[in-house]
This record gives sequence, structure tokens and C-alpha cells, in this order.
Amino acid sequence: MAANDPIHQFQIEKLVDFGVVNLPLFGRTELAFTNSHLAMTIAFVAVVGFLTLVTSKMQVVPGRLQSVGETLFGMIDNLSESIIGHEGRKFFPFIFTVFMFVLAMNVLGLLLTFTVTSQLAITATLGLMTIALVIAIGFLRHGLGFFKLFVPSGVPIVLLPVIVLIEFVSFLLRPITLALRLFGNMLGGHVALKVFAGFVVALGAMAANGGLGLFGIPGAALSLSMVVALTALECLVAFLQAFVFAVLTCIYLNDVVNLGHGH
Amino acid sequence: MELDAAKQIGAGLATLGMIGAGVGVGNIFGSFLTGALRNPSAAASQIGNLFVGAALAEALGILAFVLGILLKYG
Repeated sequence: MAANDPIHQFQIEKLVDFGVVNLPLFGRTELAFTNSHLAMTIAFVAVVGFLTLVTSKMQVVPGRLQSVGETLFGMIDNLSESIIGHEGRKFFPFIFTVFMFVLAMNVLGLLLTFTVTSQLAITATLGLMTIALVIAIGFLRHGLGFFKLFVPSGVPIVLLPVIVLIEFVSFLLRPITLALRLFGNMLGGHVALKVFAGFVVALGAMAANGGLGLFGIPGAALSLSMVVALTALECLVAFLQAFVFAVLTCIYLNDVVNLGHGH
Repeated sequence: MELDAAKQIGAGLATLGMIGAGVGVGNIFGSFLTGALRNPSAAASQIGNLFVGAALAEALGILAFVLGILLKYG
């Protein structure tokens, strides 16, 4: 049954097809406005609209709406300040943008639209963008001293080659785990929701046949309550994963901004 | 057909990696509660560390899950 396939919801569909073109670098490429694009555009409009609405009638004593925006803003501001230090302000725009975008995509994907963050291509792009910024700042600030990142101080000289290798590999794994964490959490959560929702339908269909199938009704009720509970959990996960993405971005930036002093 | 069966079995075995993630996340939250009950005034400041630790431990379980999905549908 295709409709009950838990993976089917992650299918990319073309809404507006622009046909196939030959791009100079990528070769044959299919251009289309997909459901993933649409969901991302909605998330973008939602973030911009929300922040515009929140800051439209600014007062010294914030109203209900303004304090929601201020809480989100203040949370990321505190975060970057406490992890990176007094230079955290410089990186605040990037961290806040990524946080709000991921949060909007997670929450909207859970409630309304296609879940963009369950596409590995999207989360990998976010992860690569973060790590590219980290590497760029590392080289701009310290030049070749950036490689001191892989050489922790106070390590016995005998152990140094092993430690450097481990540090280097763990640095390379950062963008991968950053992307896979968000992707896996979103994919896993939505698959689990779909599987339990499928149980409700299947057990309900069994009960409709009467006879012994009537025992399916308590099972269906149990599955339905599980769906409700999982939805609540997924709301928490949607926020938490955006927050964790922001925290890890801060930690990775801190490694190169304050290179050498303090670990 | 045998390849298909092997894929299914492999996907099932890959999910065993989640045991480790379960142990890790449980350990983090358990330790947090132990510490928080001893010194409740310091607990609030460690919530951020708690969730980052949980996310780091969970990522390895997610890796197992992604491998399972790749084996099953890849």
C-alpha cells in the first residue's frame, strides 16, 4: 500500500517544471519548483513576517507579542555571548539566522508543510555552510596558525601524532554529524508518527469487519493516543534540534575565534 | 531474493546501534538528576550543557538509524 508507506511523505514532487537544462559545471540538471522549495519559502516568509510583526510597534515595556521575539533574540544572544565571549556579537546574525530558519522549517514541517529538514541535501548544506565559515574565520584570523586547532597543548610528544590524527578526523566529522543529527531526528520522528498513524487505520479497518476484529478498537485507541503523545514530543524535538544546531555552531566558532586560549 | 532478505536483516541489525544511544542519553539525564538533586541552585545553569550532551550522544544512535534506512531503501 503506497499510501501507508512511511517514507512516501519525503518524496520530492515537482510543482512547476522548468524542464532539463545543461549547466556548465553540473551537466544535465532538472530545474523545477518543488514542494521542498515551497516549504522553504513559506518558512522564510514566516520568519521574516514574524520578526517584522514583533518589531513593528516597539515599546520599552514589551507587549505579549514583542516579548516572544525578545525571548528568542535574547536566548541566542546569551548563548553566543556565553560560549564565544565578547566577540560573540559579531557572529550573532549568522547564528540567529540559522536558528530561526531551522526552527521555522522544523515546526512548520511538523504542523503544516513538507518537512524540509528531513532532506539530507538541505541539512548537509547548512552543515557545510557552518563549517566553511569556521574554516574561513580560522584562516583569516590566524593564518596557518589555524592548524594549532589540531594540536592541543600539554600533550606528551610521543602521543602527539595519534592525538593530531584523532583531532583532525573529529574535525572532519563535525559537518557530517551536524547534518545527520538534524536529518535523522526529523526523519525518524516523522516516520514514527506515520507508523503509529498507520496502525490506527489498519486496526480500524480490522474492526470494521466485525467478529474478532473488534479487538482492534482498543489497539487503535492506544495508537491514536501514542500519535498525540509523539506529536507533543516532536514539538520539543523540533525546537531542541534548532537550539542544538545553534549551540554547536557557537562551539565550533569559539574553537577558531579563541584559538589557543582556554579549552 | 536472498539479497533482499539479507538487506532486511542488515537493516534490523543496524538498529541495534540505538542501544548505545539509549544507554548514553539515559546516563546523561540520570547523572543530571543526581547532580541537580544534590545542588538544585546550580541545576538551571547546566540545562544548556545537558541538552548539548544529550544531542551529541543521540547523534550516534541517529547514525545507526540512518544506516538502517539506507540499507532498507538505498
